Amino acid sequence: MQQDWKAICQIDDIPAQGARVVKRAGADDIAVFRTVDNQIFALIDKCPHKGGPLSQGVVHGRAVTCPLHNWVIALDSGEAQGPDEGCAGHIPVRLEAGTVYLALPQAVATCDHAC
Amino acid sequence: MKPQKLVMVGNGMAGVRTLEELLKLASGQYDITVFGAEPHANYNRILLSPVLTGEQSFKDIMLNDVDWYAEHGITLHLNKKVVKIDRVRREVLAEDGTVAEYDRLLLATGSNPFILPVPGKDLDGVITFRDIYDVNRMIEAAQTKRHAVVIGGGLLGLEAANGLAARGMQVSVVHLSSWLLERQLDPSAAKLLQRNLETRQLSFLLEKQTEALLGDEHGAVRAIRFKDGNEIPAELVVMAVGIRPNTTLAESAGIYCNRGVVVSDTMQTYDPRIYAVGECVSHRGIAYGLVAPLFEQARVAANHLANYGIGRYEGSVTSTKLKVTGIDLFSAGDFMGSEGTEAITLADPVGGVYKKLVVKGDRLVGACLYGDTSDGAWYFRLIREGKPIHEIRDQLMFGESAVGDVGHAGENRAATMPDSAEVCGCNGVCKGTIVKAIRDKGLFTVDGIKQHTKAASSCGSCSGLVEQILINCVGGAADVKPKSEKPVCGCTDHNHAAVRQAIREQHLISIPAVMRYLNWRTPDGCATCRPALNYYLISTWPGEARDDSRSRLINERVHANIQKDGTYSVVPRMWGGVTNPSELRRIADVADKYQIPMVKVTGGQRIDLLGVKKEDLPKVWAELDMPSGHAYGKSLRTVKTCVGSEFCRFGTQNSTQMGIDLEKDLFGMWSPAKVKLAVSGCPRNCAEAGIKDVGVIGVDSGWELYIGGNGGIKTEVAQFLCKVTSHDEVLEYSGAFLQLYREEAFYLERTVHYLHRVGLEHIKQRVVDDADGRAELYARLRYALSFEQDPWLERTKQGVDKHEFEVLAG
Repeated sequence: MQQDWKAICQIDDIPAQGARVVKRAGADDIAVFRTVDNQIFALIDKCPHKGGPLSQGVVHGRAVTCPLHNWVIALDSGEAQGPDEGCAGHIPVRLEAGTVYLALPQAVATCDHAC
Repeated sequence: MKPQKLVMVGNGMAGVRTLEELLKLASGQYDITVFGAEPHANYNRILLSPVLTGEQSFKDIMLNDVDWYAEHGITLHLNKKVVKIDRVRREVLAEDGTVAEYDRLLLATGSNPFILPVPGKDLDGVITFRDIYDVNRMIEAAQTKRHAVVIGGGLLGLEAANGLAARGMQVSVVHLSSWLLERQLDPSAAKLLQRNLETRQLSFLLEKQTEALLGDEHGAVRAIRFKDGNEIPAELVVMAVGIRPNTTLAESAGIYCNRGVVVSDTMQTYDPRIYAVGECVSHRGIAYGLVAPLFEQARVAANHLANYGIGRYEGSVTSTKLKVTGIDLFSAGDFMGSEGTEAITLADPVGGVYKKLVVKGDRLVGACLYGDTSDGAWYFRLIREGKPIHEIRDQLMFGESAVGDVGHAGENRAATMPDSAEVCGCNGVCKGTIVKAIRDKGLFTVDGIKQHTKAASSCGSCSGLVEQILINCVGGAADVKPKSEKPVCGCTDHNHAAVRQAIREQHLISIPAVMRYLNWRTPDGCATCRPALNYYLISTWPGEARDDSRSRLINERVHANIQKDGTYSVVPRMWGGVTNPSELRRIADVADKYQIPMVKVTGGQRIDLLGVKKEDLPKVWAELDMPSGHAYGKSLRTVKTCVGSEFCRFGTQNSTQMGIDLEKDLFGMWSPAKVKLAVSGCPRNCAEAGIKDVGVIGVDSGWELYIGGNGGIKTEVAQFLCKVTSHDEVLEYSGAFLQLYREEAFYLERTVHYLHRVGLEHIKQRVVDDADGRAELYARLRYALSFEQDPWLERTKQGVDKHEFEVLAG
């Protein structure tokens, strides 16, 4: 798969335990998360349950809780936790000298099983 | 660090539950080895009765299959009985020579059925009712034999008898006492039960003592003889006369036992490396035989094994249920009554209903229900919590729906609902789905049901009903606790009260400090605990604790209400529901300019702009040039008013102005849950003050104050607090009550539930009777509010949280 790394923002543009939204023309929004220990993750900004904007959820540990119905989604895989099933596609992220890069646009990784 | 070795002897429900709890707390801390004397993994022993009757199969009642042990890296030795503990070398030895070393040992050896020491007790066909092996023997016997005798008219005996009858045997129950279930029922209820069972072809021989079991030439049992000389035929004899804690192994190792392995409140035996849980244990002189207390023990033992060391087991109040389909009985606490107790009874022998409630002073101490047990869970809760009942005593007998605590539009007969009946109206979950999840997933908590079925996970109004269904399915094993006793979330074992107390007493002013002090298990909590902690901090230490926007749910973080499509709604404040042409023009202009798809009048007398894009929010706020209505927060919402004496020909007071002044006085107030007020200018009460958190009704001589009303999930009428004469008193009394609520309520607890928990007396004493205390409460509220500004203004003028409203380009 072709990796097209695109600089999106500086890490400090994203608050710790927070997220920013990346808008793309003609494609789903992407949510870029920063955890409490300054790890960066990116997911398609759409909860596998009812499409809630994950970027607006509470970030805790390596997960985000969807603001609509409290599904908990793992940041590193996009998969729903606990008994819920579903997956928000995740996007490879690179952090280099404080700059956040996303692998865009072709490389939206999907889960091993059907999403 | 190298994991320590934990060995568990006994592979039953209490022991495995301990392991499950331990894995949740500290997976990887121990290398775990389990010895089970039975050839099966862990199954739900309390559901052996439905297997006997054929309503469920053995597969249905498996809780943890062998794969579960493998998945968690647990070494499982089935069919191996441990015969020796070497406490010096710290190892256990099994019958077949298997040796396992331990750093910590957990004894969960359970109990043995008591065998009557009568001649013939060893004959073929004489069995007990304890495990799946016994059940299979009973099922076999029912295929070839006709006469069965069950010795013992207790819970187990009756379930065995019912099962054998269901499989076509002629069953007689022999019982020493003069009524059945003498430890669970009083004679009146027992009589009703006996009559019902007799219609199922069971016969009863009460006050009969067994003298001998008689065998035939092949060594199989053929009859039973009593002390009075009578004999009846018996080809199968089930002894169900009680259990004895299995302490053989512990005693042989020199561990102190006294009718059970004696343990401390941390579930440790006299050898602190050795823990014990379950039916083998004697705690404070009591050996429990029901599963609910055993699960509580399991939680404490796990907590201690994980080195948290804060859990204490302090004994249990137990309740029982008979698992015989079609028979509902429930008892809890001191249902027989003793000195100083009174009984309230309801008896309808023809209808087959009997209820007895035992009251001591101002508390419910026991309950015995037959025929209609739908309120068993509620009575059990009242008994455990020891709540004063004088306010509800006259309705107590008619159940929870009569009192109006939780309810489901009066529907509370979980047992009689068909499987297709909808329980959770929010998520469309039927009773059958819930029952199936309880059975298939081995659930014992309402939280587990929420996770697996989504029932009760939205508005929560059906929680009571879900709890009843749970209790109906698993009986006393249901883990039902009031919110006041439950941990805040899975990140901690502390409940809300303990967290509030620590924040107050230890002067904790940040979320990381709270998590450190209380040993949170997760690095930065979750979406349940963080908002609660944030509220507790800012309400306890205003001006010191900083509001943590990352611990606010989305609505409170961006000061608008998220909608299902990800857009937001904007509700500007209209003080007391009063607006003017200029505000209305601005609202209209904004709606046009930003193409807002819906403009709606709310129930709180203001205007809602729905479908606003997040990026537009700051511009919309700026152009509205009105303060936030906080329609999105756990905070002061609206003060609804009627027109009052200014215009209304019936008005006695200027309710509109009073409402405006109250709203301005309380502006920016964060609270455990949303707070709504209303002010009416006369007793006609057009502002509907009777269903508000604080309702004010003007009368000719002053103002009446009402608290704890609710027009939401379940309509609750507000209770009268007091009457005051002046405008300023309305502000002070209302503010003092709300400050007390802010200081004492749990996060997300509405005033009505807070009121039910602490009682109206407590609030009256603090707010009405104690003038100095009231002034201090009000002063604390004023101080806290002095730090609050209009959040919309902060964002439009001062650029607070700018990043929230700007997107990045991709």
